[in-house]
Amino acid sequence: MSVVADLTDINQASVAAHARSIGDVVLSVQNISLSFGGVRALTNISFEVREHEILAIIGPNGAGKSSMLNVINGFYHPQEGKIIHKGVERKSMRPHEAARRGIARTFQNIALFKGMSALDNIMTGRNTMMKSNILAQALYFGPARKEEMEHRKFCEHIIDFLEIEAVRKTPVGRLPYGMQKRVELGRALAAQPDILLLDEPMAGMNVEEKEDMCRFILDVNNEFGTTMVLIEHDMGVVMDISDRVVVLDYGRKLADGTPDAVRANQEVIDAYLGVGH
Amino acid sequence: MAGPLTTTRDMDTLPKLLKHHAQVRPNHPAMREKDYGIWQTWSWSQVHDEIMAFAAGLSALGFERGDTLAIVGDNRPQLYWAMAAAQTLGGTPIPVYQDSVAKEMAFVLQHAEVKFAVVENQEQVDKLSEIMPDCPALKTLIYKDPRGLRDYTMDFLHSYEKVQDTGRAFMKEKPGFLDAEIAKGKGSDLGVMLYTSGTTGQPKGVMLSFDNILITARNNAVMEGLGPDEDVLAYLPMAWVGDNIFSMGQAYVCGFTVNCAESSETVLTDMRELGPTYFFAPPRIYENILTTVMIRMEDAASWKRKMFSYFMDVAKRVGTRILDGKPVSGMDRLKYAIGNMMVYAPLKNVLGFSRIRLAYTAGEAIGPEIFSFYRSLGMNIKQIYGSTEASVFICVQPNGEVYADTVGKPAPDVEIRLADNGEVQFKSPGVFQAYFKEPQKTADEKTADGWVHTGDAGIFDDNGHLKIIDRAKDVGHLNNGAMFPPKYVENKLKFFPYVKEAVAFGDKRDAVTVFINIDIEAVGNWAERKGLAYSGFQDLAARPEVYDLLLDCVNTVNDDLAVHPMLSSCQIHRFLILHKELDADDGELTRTRKVRRRFIAERYADQIEALYDGRDSVYVSTEVTFEDGRKGTVSADLRIRDAKVHKVDEPLRKAS
Repeated sequence: MSVVADLTDINQASVAAHARSIGDVVLSVQNISLSFGGVRALTNISFEVREHEILAIIGPNGAGKSSMLNVINGFYHPQEGKIIHKGVERKSMRPHEAARRGIARTFQNIALFKGMSALDNIMTGRNTMMKSNILAQALYFGPARKEEMEHRKFCEHIIDFLEIEAVRKTPVGRLPYGMQKRVELGRALAAQPDILLLDEPMAGMNVEEKEDMCRFILDVNNEFGTTMVLIEHDMGVVMDISDRVVVLDYGRKLADGTPDAVRANQEVIDAYLGVGH
Repeated sequence: MAGPLTTTRDMDTLPKLLKHHAQVRPNHPAMREKDYGIWQTWSWSQVHDEIMAFAAGLSALGFERGDTLAIVGDNRPQLYWAMAAAQTLGGTPIPVYQDSVAKEMAFVLQHAEVKFAVVENQEQVDKLSEIMPDCPALKTLIYKDPRGLRDYTMDFLHSYEKVQDTGRAFMKEKPGFLDAEIAKGKGSDLGVMLYTSGTTGQPKGVMLSFDNILITARNNAVMEGLGPDEDVLAYLPMAWVGDNIFSMGQAYVCGFTVNCAESSETVLTDMRELGPTYFFAPPRIYENILTTVMIRMEDAASWKRKMFSYFMDVAKRVGTRILDGKPVSGMDRLKYAIGNMMVYAPLKNVLGFSRIRLAYTAGEAIGPEIFSFYRSLGMNIKQIYGSTEASVFICVQPNGEVYADTVGKPAPDVEIRLADNGEVQFKSPGVFQAYFKEPQKTADEKTADGWVHTGDAGIFDDNGHLKIIDRAKDVGHLNNGAMFPPKYVENKLKFFPYVKEAVAFGDKRDAVTVFINIDIEAVGNWAERKGLAYSGFQDLAARPEVYDLLLDCVNTVNDDLAVHPMLSSCQIHRFLILHKELDADDGELTRTRKVRRRFIAERYADQIEALYDGRDSVYVSTEVTFEDGRKGTVSADLRIRDAKVHKVDEPLRKAS
């Protein structure tokens, strides 16, 4: 069943248009192996991410999907393998360096500042772009003020885009789960990333909320050309919106290809998808 | 403020008034919208320029005198300007309910032979593109918000800004064109066409001239002393006649500021930020606000609750008297003043009611406690009675004569009479011209001597105020001959916060029974406080504890009815709680949330029979329409309960 219901001719034209515009490889993951003591989280994983595409990473729980994202992000440092980002081989990197290089992410269990309002949380996403020094910001005059207004304007665009105007001043801890996920997406978008890593963005949502989230993801990809790597369990969503799919199981890569190819792959069916009865 | 209002008396069309304000108060704020989280303002001269640019652009696209322009969307400045632009060119704007499903919209656009449409966003573009094959006249679609429309390449689609750019170029080539068009307009021209939502049958296009709108608007503005400094919040559907009078008619007559709410979810926040001075809301909004306040008060600290309760008692005793200018003792005035400082003013501030000089409500009966709650806080809320066919105002309660159970005295220049069967009929400068392309229905609506049927049954009370009993054709009779006005019974139930909607049956029956819709907020809150877990509306509506709660409400209503001189036979004998809310999308309510009796009687015929044949429960399976038009079914077993009915003697038959 298609979650993104009935694409009209218009939408198909748009999908076709952006599919044509998928560019060269922007991130290449080569032979990554990651262990925690005796536990081998990832074994010899290689795949490529092309510019402007939506890549889905799927697999049963414990397959190493979040670990993979964390490696890309700089949280975990693999024992073996290398990552080539924008043609440059990356040395072992801290997350903030990854952020400065245009990688933003959301978290499976939400990592927002619960006491701050939605607007403020999204503003924190602009952190890497704030130039004025701490004194100017504390006294809030001149260049700091101007900068704040620019950032606020951009964040309001995002708030409008995600349709969360009604909760912009509400402390995020009081928002329902689905709304929090949206705010977190907003925060990641605020950083204007080249690559957006989404860790189970639709976990815990009902059909309507999932459709909304899909629409946002597609719109971001369409309007801003952001490359997306997403971990998702809902096969309907994965098959509908991703350009390519990577399947992991017990730290190994099972398949890598278009959604249709992966869906028909016998190994994937045995390990994860199963068959309809 | 008689001055500014009387000098504009000879400006008989909206565009002429626009020119006037652009000249006389060019820098006065005319319109605001919250954008990027900040209120943006346009002055009268800026609004004038925007409208002229759009009008010229429309003309360049082929819009001609006499053409109609459909308007679909939430309250946005650009849509209001599009309406004025159409009027400038001698055309007629037709605002359409933005939440109509495609079929309803197709009917209106077909019927009115609409060629041009201005819509807000992608959702409306999609909807109208879908129905374009059914509306052969529709050739041009103009959208305001470009989000999501990047890849739409249809050649009938234009952006609002592009149209304005074309317009500005057009105006350079033909500088006097628009002024000449405006000069051709006169008061008897068609100003706007509004399709009524119709409790029965298909919507009808009510044709209102400029005179209809502006004279009525001006009469009311003079009566209430409205002026250019009012701030109004535009949040109710543009297709509704009230919004047309408040946000266009009166705005153009007085020159005041119309503020567009950011979205329907942010209305309360917007009100708080804005502090409107002139406000309208249907009774259920006032009720919802009160319920929210009460629910939140229950969570407050105990000393706060005590303080609230003490001062609200003071307000109940003397607040309304102070507002009405009646004598009040010095001690009470002092208490009220302290109460104002500690409770009433902060409360009004949080709700956004601090600056309200005039608040209207209409459309349904308002619960007396709700009414007196707001009045006791010092808010001048009054009831009005009107209809689309009257350009809104038929009756208005004058200041100092405000009662919960009347709709007031005839508005300025309005004459009212009661027909033999009790129907209210009126004559006024606001009477509509005709129903578009429906000469028979127009003739049916007006009497032989030029009065208009309202279809409502009413009586005048001793103060000269009109009281509306019910829709005349809905007033039925029980089998024992007693009069049965269903709305009267339903309203009594709806005055309880737990009841959101009620439908009463009894015509040609032995006894009265009702369907009830619970109010999920109020009942949900009650359930939580009782520690009752529930998994959603349907689950909550089926619980025996909730039935007990509503049984209390029904019994209370019966207590009241038992002592009523004419309606003691209308006590409710049995009731059931519906498993889903009655919904306009399913055709059970009109777009203005009024119950469609005949439709409900057909759809729920089995359930009504069950109420009368003594069964304890009845199965129901209804088709529902989701927001995007898809259909599904919802089913449940509904329990039926008996209520406590007082025995009374043979009722008085209705005096003829």
